[in-house]
Amino acid sequence: MAEYKSSAIEEFSNIWVFCEQRDGKLMNTDFELISEARKLADQRGSKLVALLLGGEGIGDLAKELGGYGADQVIVCEDPALAVYTNEAYSKVVCDMVMKYKPEVLLIGASNIGRDLGPRCAARLHTGLTADCTHLDIDMNTYVDFLDKNSNVDVKNTEFKMEDVNMKMTRPAFGGHLMATIICPRFRPCMATVRPGVLKKEEYDQTKAEACEITIVKPNIDTAALHEKVLEIVKEAKEVVDLIGADVVVSIGNGAAKDIETAKKLALELADALGGGVVGSSRALVDAGLMDADRQVGQTGKTVHPKVYVALGISGAIQHQAGMQNSELIIAVNKNENEPIFEIADYGLVGDLFKVVPEMINAINSMK
Amino acid sequence: MKIYVCVKQVPDTSGVVAVNPDGTMNRAKMPAIINPDDLNAMEAALQLKEKECATVVAVSMGPPQAGEMMRELLAMGADEAVLISGREFGGSDTFATSQIIAGAIHHLGIKEEDLILCGRQAIDGDTAQVGPQIAEKLHLPQVTYATEIIKEGNTYTVKRALEDGYMSIQVKSPCLITCIKELNEPRYMTVEGVFSADEKPLTVLDYEALKDEPLIETETIGLNGSPTNIFKSFNPPVKGKGEMFVGSDKEMAMQLAEKLAEKHVI
Repeated sequence: MAEYKSSAIEEFSNIWVFCEQRDGKLMNTDFELISEARKLADQRGSKLVALLLGGEGIGDLAKELGGYGADQVIVCEDPALAVYTNEAYSKVVCDMVMKYKPEVLLIGASNIGRDLGPRCAARLHTGLTADCTHLDIDMNTYVDFLDKNSNVDVKNTEFKMEDVNMKMTRPAFGGHLMATIICPRFRPCMATVRPGVLKKEEYDQTKAEACEITIVKPNIDTAALHEKVLEIVKEAKEVVDLIGADVVVSIGNGAAKDIETAKKLALELADALGGGVVGSSRALVDAGLMDADRQVGQTGKTVHPKVYVALGISGAIQHQAGMQNSELIIAVNKNENEPIFEIADYGLVGDLFKVVPEMINAINSMK
Repeated sequence: MKIYVCVKQVPDTSGVVAVNPDGTMNRAKMPAIINPDDLNAMEAALQLKEKECATVVAVSMGPPQAGEMMRELLAMGADEAVLISGREFGGSDTFATSQIIAGAIHHLGIKEEDLILCGRQAIDGDTAQVGPQIAEKLHLPQVTYATEIIKEGNTYTVKRALEDGYMSIQVKSPCLITCIKELNEPRYMTVEGVFSADEKPLTVLDYEALKDEPLIETETIGLNGSPTNIFKSFNPPVKGKGEMFVGSDKEMAMQLAEKLAEKHVI
């Protein structure tokens, strides 16, 4: 094989998605990424390839990826890949990239994806952009995105329309600003993408049948592996389904003085609104008052419920990044100048401990 | 045994954020703190040191002002501090940063019994990339998201957090582990610590000291060399302000409930 050079960018083509599986099951993020990558592949006029690693029999899942838009699935089956280890997975992913030279490689930003992505990018000598919330290749599509989602005056800005670098957008500087990142000199252009941000398309059985499956025997020397997985434990704690909830009532700094009462009120309000989940701002999680799995925002989860209620949350971009696409936003805060009121559909200025009981009463009285 | 702890000084983004006219963050106007996850890494190193003989070396890359933070880490209990600082390094992305830090650690020497600890991610970038990339450059095994670290001889058994539980992983030193806040409760500096900090060595490694280091590729460091570049930075558009209800708490609540009923939300 000729020498692999990440700077020989003209040698790279096709859009790839690394598809994560746990316990032999595909993750929802896989379908979100494939659906979005389909659009990128169409913009670029190239092929969409899913890369699936796992233990024996994992290839049985491949067709399903086709149903969401993958043209081809490369399956690497090996007992050493049944459970994720950084060593074996990074070896196989890098081997595949060096062999097939994809132009783009997307990975879900799960705890596993964020372990694998940077390791591979460093070995492949290329850039990686973390936790992206939006991706474009075609410049027209990007300019259109900027026009709708930024304060940039696109009519008076010059863009090189022929630019085909993937434009990767993410919240930056602790989430106070948005930034679009490019990786112009090296390939593949790599990004991890936040779960729950991109929309999964409809499953199409015809596409699933048409998908090409390529089985590759990975080259893993098990004797040379240093990392040993002793056990995997699923914690029986209450599963917080923030991403799938129709109603999310989140609490922030304003709730800190009496967290237990605030949690109770938030849950009651969610129930009054038809039932939902209690979320949290980053501040309460950092202060140890709320569990990290309830955090909404750039470093937490991205939600788009039918109703989002922000109680005592100031609403920095970091938080907005996780909830701004909610269908309806209601904010309660003591300070009328907080940024949360800039994006709320309905605002109530007041002390959440006093206002929320009134909200619950009023809503219940309407039923 | 040497334990390297990689640390970053970050602007405190949890409070008020100062913004430049061009929309970028004004770091000079914001209080600088030690990145929270890095304090958990430092605490883990100090706990390991309490059990057996070890030298804890705090390593950071940053402007000369980060020297103050290094003194704080010495006061917390680190034995030595190394600040990698040079204009050539400024503006580095994670790929560039990790090769500079890996180069510096290689320069300082890493032996079979040694360990590198990092925080999972820094609050100003939230990428969680530098730790794994340092491990890759040094060809060391990595474990990220550590919530428990148990050392027996040269073997580390690490609990690694997953979204729905954890996995328990065994690796041998030398290795790199990234730490999250569930791992421990970082200690504060002590009065004696503050006094003794001034006597401990604080070394500065600049571009000259590191430019011949084989792990550092001088053409891919700094703002211009980094593989990734900022193409555009922007603020989201200000969405038209919604409706603000007025009146007593009860009155506002009723107005809201009426709107929700009107929209068939309830």
